[in-house]
Amino acid sequence: MDLLQADLSAVTEAIQNKKISAVETTQFFLDRVQKLDQHLNAFTYVSNTAVKEAELLDQKIAHGENVGPLAGVVFGIKDLLCTKGMPSTAASKMLSGFVPPYDATVVSRLKKAGAIILGKLNQDEFAMGSSNETSVYGACHNPWDKSRVPGGSSGGSAAAQAARLTMATIGTDTGGSIRQPASFCGVVGVKPTYGRVSRYGIIAYASSLDQAGPIVSSVKDAALTLETICGQDSYDGTTSDHLVEKFSQNLNGNIKGKKIGVIKEFVQHIPDAHIAQSFQLALDTVKQLGAEIVEVSIPLTQYAVPMYYLISASEASSNFARYDGVKYGYRTPHDKTSNLSLDDFYSLSRGEGFGAEVKRRIMLGTYALSAGYSDAFYLKACKVRRLLRQQFLDAFEKCDLIMGPVTTAPAFKLGEKSVDPLKNYLNDIFTTSTNLCGLPGMSVPFSTAREGNSILPIGVQLTAPHFQEQSLLNFAYAIENTTPAADFRKLKPHVY
Amino acid sequence: MAHEINEDLIRQIAQLAKLTISDEEIANYMPHMKKVLNHFSELETLNTDNIEPLITPVDLKSYLREDRVEKNISTEELLAGAPSSIGQLFQVPPVI
Amino acid sequence: MSTNSIDTIMSGYEVVIGIEVHVQLNTKSKIFCSDSTSFGAGDNENISPISLGMPGTLPTLNKGVLDLAIKTGLALNCHIRAKSFFARKNYFYPDLPKGYQISQYEVPICENGFVEFSVEGQPRKVSITRAHLEEDAGKSTHFPEHTLLNYNRAGIPLLEIVSGPDMKSAKEAAEYCKTIRSIVQYLDVCDGNLEEGSLRCDCNISVKKVGEKKLGTKVELKNLNSFRFIEKALEFEIERQIDLCLSDKKIVQETRLYDPDKNRTYTMRLKEDAQDYRYFIDPDLLPIIVTDDKIKQIQKAIPELPIKKAARFVKELGLSTDEAEILTSDKALADFFEMTSKESGYSKQASNWILGEVLRYTNEHHQTIQQIKVTPKSLSDLIKLIEQKIISTKIAKSVFNEMMDSGNSAASIIDRHGYKQVTDVDELEKLIQKVLDSNSSQVDEYRQGKEKVFGFFVGAVMKLTKGQADPDVVNQLLKEKLSGRKI
Repeated sequence: MDLLQADLSAVTEAIQNKKISAVETTQFFLDRVQKLDQHLNAFTYVSNTAVKEAELLDQKIAHGENVGPLAGVVFGIKDLLCTKGMPSTAASKMLSGFVPPYDATVVSRLKKAGAIILGKLNQDEFAMGSSNETSVYGACHNPWDKSRVPGGSSGGSAAAQAARLTMATIGTDTGGSIRQPASFCGVVGVKPTYGRVSRYGIIAYASSLDQAGPIVSSVKDAALTLETICGQDSYDGTTSDHLVEKFSQNLNGNIKGKKIGVIKEFVQHIPDAHIAQSFQLALDTVKQLGAEIVEVSIPLTQYAVPMYYLISASEASSNFARYDGVKYGYRTPHDKTSNLSLDDFYSLSRGEGFGAEVKRRIMLGTYALSAGYSDAFYLKACKVRRLLRQQFLDAFEKCDLIMGPVTTAPAFKLGEKSVDPLKNYLNDIFTTSTNLCGLPGMSVPFSTAREGNSILPIGVQLTAPHFQEQSLLNFAYAIENTTPAADFRKLKPHVY
Repeated sequence: MAHEINEDLIRQIAQLAKLTISDEEIANYMPHMKKVLNHFSELETLNTDNIEPLITPVDLKSYLREDRVEKNISTEELLAGAPSSIGQLFQVPPVI
Repeated sequence: MSTNSIDTIMSGYEVVIGIEVHVQLNTKSKIFCSDSTSFGAGDNENISPISLGMPGTLPTLNKGVLDLAIKTGLALNCHIRAKSFFARKNYFYPDLPKGYQISQYEVPICENGFVEFSVEGQPRKVSITRAHLEEDAGKSTHFPEHTLLNYNRAGIPLLEIVSGPDMKSAKEAAEYCKTIRSIVQYLDVCDGNLEEGSLRCDCNISVKKVGEKKLGTKVELKNLNSFRFIEKALEFEIERQIDLCLSDKKIVQETRLYDPDKNRTYTMRLKEDAQDYRYFIDPDLLPIIVTDDKIKQIQKAIPELPIKKAARFVKELGLSTDEAEILTSDKALADFFEMTSKESGYSKQASNWILGEVLRYTNEHHQTIQQIKVTPKSLSDLIKLIEQKIISTKIAKSVFNEMMDSGNSAASIIDRHGYKQVTDVDELEKLIQKVLDSNSSQVDEYRQGKEKVFGFFVGAVMKLTKGQADPDVVNQLLKEKLSGRKI
């Protein structure tokens, strides 16, 4: 069995039929991490209990016990998710050495389904960034071109998956952090509807925007993973009781007659020729599959970036107040200084524990929430957010799905990112609206761009109405099997 | 509306957010904050009269927990990650 | 104005008091997680990743808390909002695990209510501006070398009841607090224990010239852990503030504490420039939705409240207003009375016994009505024995004391001591005859008009019966005999 190419369902079937053992598959991926991760820096922690867990699973199978639908599937988990007994640090010095005594609900659901957790994956510090360069563990590299970023914030997840150091991964998406790295690394990434997946145990960045989702190698794998992690959770009051369909069993690539919306304001402003070309090709392709293209106008998308940054930074400034050096995580070594005031104790612990970008956003959020400014910034952004959502809901009256580019350009070089944060923020233009409106969205590998000697993947973004993950996945399933997407799937990244 | 971002304001925000901030950082943050906020203040041009702020973007039914006591994790485990503790209490430098 | 003390009117100033009462709702688990709320648990025994604010943890609202808040709001005649919100109040302090307190800010669950009570016989009505839900913080203990933190309290559900600035005297303020306590006790939403902190009353007080519209500078009094201290502290504070005004000195806006030993208030902290709490709606918690059906359902579960109960005691059971007020001030006491009254069939006597002997005993022994060994049933039995003339009231008191100490029934105590009252006329007649026979000189004295010796005969009979004779019967029989008819 080719563990690098097989579907998750095929692998778990083989394990359950004892054609291959869970120990073998786990060891196979551990070996790959050992050999290849030195080129990527995708892992922040490698489990030392994974093989033992695989052994237990094999024993269960040997005894004819029932094992879950992901039995033996080897997962990598973004460091933002809490994993019991494994360091969970959000790639921040602030949480260095933090080992939670609990699992995130996503992780416990995966474990219950039989998955083996291989380790923790790199990311931007506290998920703030889109290049994975703000990690305390150092940058992660793009397997297609080591000199380039894998994207972010779930850069480690996308890189590990593209290089097949894992069978599947979990990332999180607050403003594009699953879809953008998935596009940069040529893998499938899904951000579910807000409320679909429990946020319990996921180190919060922005509570009204965060969602976890799969970053995997195929739409089918995405569907299987998603149906496992979705569903109401008594530990998260913002989860939905909406029925979780068996997405993987209902996949249907027939998109004939589907109305595909294209946001006028997006396609007018694609700054990069590769991206523009790729998107045009995607439109032609779905037309050939019998879908109808409908132009929709969502003018407020041009304000999505300010809205997104004001809301996410405000929520983060409050969410991060718990990191104060009192109960867990980093504490300033100056705490033994006599006459250290409480204020200094806090400010030093926090000032030393947080990295530059995190501090920048805490400052922005603190300002946006402060007396006298909250009306103009935070509350204003929340009001416009309602209007934006209405424009999307109106657009979905005219179309079944919206298709668009994911990023403004293919993966950029490490260190190339502008020192001007505003310029970087504006790159999130295509992804942030989805989070602001709580919509499900995904990135599917579609084509490539050639930059010098490098082949760089380019994904296409799909967005669906609330809770319509099934139609999102179905559409992606159709795209996945067309040229050029099918051709892309035959390519292997440089680190593999 | 132009937003007056000066050194004092940056220090004031840092104090509110409890972050030590070096002169260098101030010099770095100030122009960025200024630029970002001035760009973001373009939201002010939009009319949002009588519009309620949107917090949770999806219409969800509110969930209520039954009033039941549960203890799954021991105090010892919860104290294990504390930077400093005495007995079963968390410790910080003297506050008063 | 009727309840203003003479002093304040004379000095030309009037007092404005508003009170915030923090009521700890007596759920089993905390407001946003399943930690126990038990009092007196070991250090940090009642904590979890959620109450510690560990990374990734989230609050989920306890259904029980919501029900108790609605119940209290209804009893306070509040409007219950169909939709209310939780907000985050952001500030740093080591006892606050998340760096923010979850509280209700702009849109509280209960608002615009009132409570009625009486102060020295005068009816009063105080408005309730709002009552909102929030979580308690942990407890910090300060030492010179460090501060230690216990988060058992962190996340305990509180309902903060905010009154209008309607009260005009210390007495009225104390009565208001007592009323709130008795209401929450009646509703069984809080044990009302001030010392353990399950009920906390913070008083805002200012003075102004009579007739002046503008309120004076407000001072907050905190940590008042008895009703007596509330009254004393406010009395002191009123005098302090009026003195300052009279001597043209400025009142400083601050928080003050009360020192009961010295009977004075002192500065805890000055109110700095208003703290910037950066309130915003908590995105982790959906709005609280309360349906009409829910309100109706909870309304049904609200018991008769003290003011109504007192009125009923007066009207139906024939008690005085004073008696009824004291008995209904505490739900347990009122229940004790009502059960005793019903069981014995003697309301007035039940009231007398409870307000007299029972309260004397509980006060002397620092016990609550629930802790004593006498039950409504056993007290009823005692009352019945008195009414049936089996024992005298005098003996009943010593029987009662023994019941309180031992928990034994009145009947068994009477039996053991042979306390039975002698009411048998034949037997008494024989005894009286014996007394008269052996004291013939006194009989003669009496018959010659020296009526004073009558008491001597009564005493002698009582002595013979070891005090167990019914004095009424003895008197009557003696008179009959001495009148000469039956010698």
